[in-house]
Amino acid sequence: MSNKLNPSMSLAKPDAQDLSLKQKVAVGMGVIGLFILVLALFNLDLPNKATFLTISLSLITIGTIIYANDAYLTKLKGIKNDGVWFKSISSRGTLGWITGLVLTSFYVVLYFYEGLLGAGSDGAENTGLIALFDPLSKLLSGRPASQWFVYGTLYTVAILAFGYKFILKYRHNRYEQIRTISVMFFQLAFAFLIPEFMFVMNSDLPYYDLKNVWPLNYYNFEQYRVDAFINGGTIGMAMLIFGILSIFVITPILTFKYGKRWYCSWVCGCGGLAETAGDSFRHLSDKSQSAWKIERWVIHSVLVFVVLMTTAVIYTYLGYDPNKYWLTRDIFLFSVAGFLTLVFALTMIFKRQELGKDAKYGAIGYFVIIIALIGIHVFSSETKLFLFKAETLRSTYGFLIGAIFSGVIGTGFYPIFGNRVWCRFGCPMAAILGFQQRMFSRFRITTNGGQCISCGNCSTYCEMGIDVRAYAQKGENIVRSSCVGCGICSAVCPRGVLKLENDSMKGRINPTEVLLGNDVDLIDLVNQK
Amino acid sequence: MEHIVIIGNGISGVTLARHIRKLSDKKITIISAETDYFFSRTALMYVYMGHMKFEHTQPYENWFWKKNRIELRKAYVEQIDTDNKALQFANGETLNYDKLIIATGSKPNKFGWPGQDLNGVMGMYHKQDLENLEKHAPNNEVCKRAVIVGGGLIGIELAEMLNSRNIPVTFLVRESSFWNGVLPEGESQMINRHIKNHHIDLRLSTNLKEIKSDEHGKVKSVVIEETGEEIPCTVVGLTAGVSPNIDFIKSSKIETDRGVKVNRYLETNIPDVYAIGDCAEQHEAIGNRRPIEAVWYTGRMMGETLAQTICGNRIAYKPGHWFNSAKFLDIEYQTYGWVFGERGRPDYETHFHWKHDDDTKCITVAYNKNTNEFLGINTFGIRMRHETFNRWLTEKRTVDYVMKHLSEANFDPEFYTHFEKDILNAYNNQLQTVTS
Repeated sequence: MSNKLNPSMSLAKPDAQDLSLKQKVAVGMGVIGLFILVLALFNLDLPNKATFLTISLSLITIGTIIYANDAYLTKLKGIKNDGVWFKSISSRGTLGWITGLVLTSFYVVLYFYEGLLGAGSDGAENTGLIALFDPLSKLLSGRPASQWFVYGTLYTVAILAFGYKFILKYRHNRYEQIRTISVMFFQLAFAFLIPEFMFVMNSDLPYYDLKNVWPLNYYNFEQYRVDAFINGGTIGMAMLIFGILSIFVITPILTFKYGKRWYCSWVCGCGGLAETAGDSFRHLSDKSQSAWKIERWVIHSVLVFVVLMTTAVIYTYLGYDPNKYWLTRDIFLFSVAGFLTLVFALTMIFKRQELGKDAKYGAIGYFVIIIALIGIHVFSSETKLFLFKAETLRSTYGFLIGAIFSGVIGTGFYPIFGNRVWCRFGCPMAAILGFQQRMFSRFRITTNGGQCISCGNCSTYCEMGIDVRAYAQKGENIVRSSCVGCGICSAVCPRGVLKLENDSMKGRINPTEVLLGNDVDLIDLVNQK
Repeated sequence: MEHIVIIGNGISGVTLARHIRKLSDKKITIISAETDYFFSRTALMYVYMGHMKFEHTQPYENWFWKKNRIELRKAYVEQIDTDNKALQFANGETLNYDKLIIATGSKPNKFGWPGQDLNGVMGMYHKQDLENLEKHAPNNEVCKRAVIVGGGLIGIELAEMLNSRNIPVTFLVRESSFWNGVLPEGESQMINRHIKNHHIDLRLSTNLKEIKSDEHGKVKSVVIEETGEEIPCTVVGLTAGVSPNIDFIKSSKIETDRGVKVNRYLETNIPDVYAIGDCAEQHEAIGNRRPIEAVWYTGRMMGETLAQTICGNRIAYKPGHWFNSAKFLDIEYQTYGWVFGERGRPDYETHFHWKHDDDTKCITVAYNKNTNEFLGINTFGIRMRHETFNRWLTEKRTVDYVMKHLSEANFDPEFYTHFEKDILNAYNNQLQTVTS
């Protein structure tokens, strides 16, 4: 499929987008770095693992840095999207597909065949790729590496190296720079280092990336974790309480003040990878209205699924007897149902006029959960819950959503569907934050009066597939639940039309018919009826 | 059912059609010979630069038209028979209308230069121009050098396009400084430097004498009027402005001059025939505006207005405060109200100019030196709020008020460095110098 308007008939290569010599060297370095990992994967016994691991990760990082320096620092500051749709890697060309397949296979192996990576089972020593990472893991926490440590390390290296590239690419834009430093920091400190150090301090505590909020870390309230938290002394209890506060208190306050961007494009690890390593693929998201329809159904179904699953899982390990512990199965179920009813009622009372068609989806989701909760209550026995075992629900969710959706499709398909497939279609955390962002937040993207020229840069580069232009060309602010506030629409706008803002709730959504700049009488006549 | 026929599927015609649909059930047909669907003309450059694919420049998905019962017809109108209310197409077919709107936009100017019709000479306006450029300038091996003639908004966009493919560009500008017919001197000079920083060979006060052909009728070189220098090149871009695209109307009874003559209601001399957008020419200019305004926003506003008239609420075209925007390579430009360059500046208008040391940001504030009334602002590299300036212009604020409250109008992304304090200091110092 040609991306060209009109394929050139000339014999010369039509794409004047060749890499410079420096960039070729840089790519070469990165490939050698990756090649060392591949050698390890195929069980080539590298003599000094620490040295080779250092060489490999350094080559990948330095290669990316040299590439970025040459690509951006040799040019004046400004938007750097020249040739994006001509390059094979970023326009679903051969390189794009190959990258997609490699990433996808990596995720399949990572989640389901960790033995292939060399994970030692039953206390056996690691081999292969995972063994290569043993020295680093031992340095940080004293224990051998696991496939998750390998993944976490590569993930962090990717965010740091490509974060650097992103900062250079947008070196005229401080919002992008600060935001990227933030995701780099949260990945390195919160996701990578702190959990390792916590293990050193208290090895009984479960792995806890403190910035990961339920329902993104859907497993947070499972029995083994909750037990570990409770038995983990003050720190453990603090972690458990923090986990609960995160979703019920901290998240709503920050989302009200800043929109869901405070999480999705400033803190979150999934968002962090999407914004850095995934930046070259942001324009591949589907902007059609039908994709938006699918998005709303799928993401809210995942949310319903995770609420049900978590409720069921917690329910099963709670007891019946209120004398033993105040939180019994019945109290738990009733409080979940009560909380959902409260959210639903408040929305219907105060936001009815803003809901329109979407209300139906909310209502459907709400009723599914309530009915299921009643079902749990009525039909469940000691082990069986509703119709399924809680364990079945949990493992199904873990498999379908946790592994396949967020990993294999979400990241593996970056070069095909764009970099935010998971965040847009799958993430239940994004669904909750988005619901609040749409209903109860000061955040919006302001459209600058009548200045839009409908060029389409904003929509093209929206990683969430929002048709930003559809609003901007009507002079209307953009208030969409899926917007992660990455700020790229505002950056690529050639006419200074879009601005991410936190302002008062009043007048946040402002549909107009006739735009600013025209006859005032006409504007009044048409817009204020 | 009344049949509304619109010739031209650009921003004017499409805005009109959308608004008629909102207000009524009339039958609507849009005719275009250029493309099947409406696209944003201002975005064509991004297709060549690889920022977008052509379909991204289309603001509405293809199902939109059917859903809104707007019929699209790809055809070229050859003649308009206003007596019988019929259109004659180039393929021989005809179409009857009850009301006709001419919204055919512009075409690039050609000033009779020798060689202006050679292979490899092109404007940058229609989709076909883009296809032509792709053919003649796919890369810097096929196109060793391009020469652009005419220093306006399209010229600098074409330069940016070619630059994105590393094609060397020579940019011939008739004026002594880029776009200084419109921009005040300080701004114009800053853009000159910015163009040169992008390694574009900018030649000021330079006119084209002729375009020379090779043996195949293709461009070989251009000759400069002033020096006689011959510059070898593969492509010549003619971007010396645009004029109404109305040749096919000349044979009809519709009154034309440079454009289709219209009154304030956008009505032509023939009942039920209207003209909007770039191709419409006002009998008398509105305020400081020109009789023909080839601007995206004007086309849209005329469409919004005429829809009312066509749907029974006859109202005049009364545009509000002037505004416009553009982007010069990496520097964004916005303007609100009137700021004149040297040419046509009223006696009472005087300027305050501030420029940042990095040479990519500046503003010029125009005010009435007798009354101190704020007249307008040009801003480069700093985004400003349309709504705020629109309000200040309506309220007829003084320049002092505007300078003091400038930060309220700032529209730059969060965390950007603000310069309002520097600007205000510079403004106050200037006043001190004037009084002392």
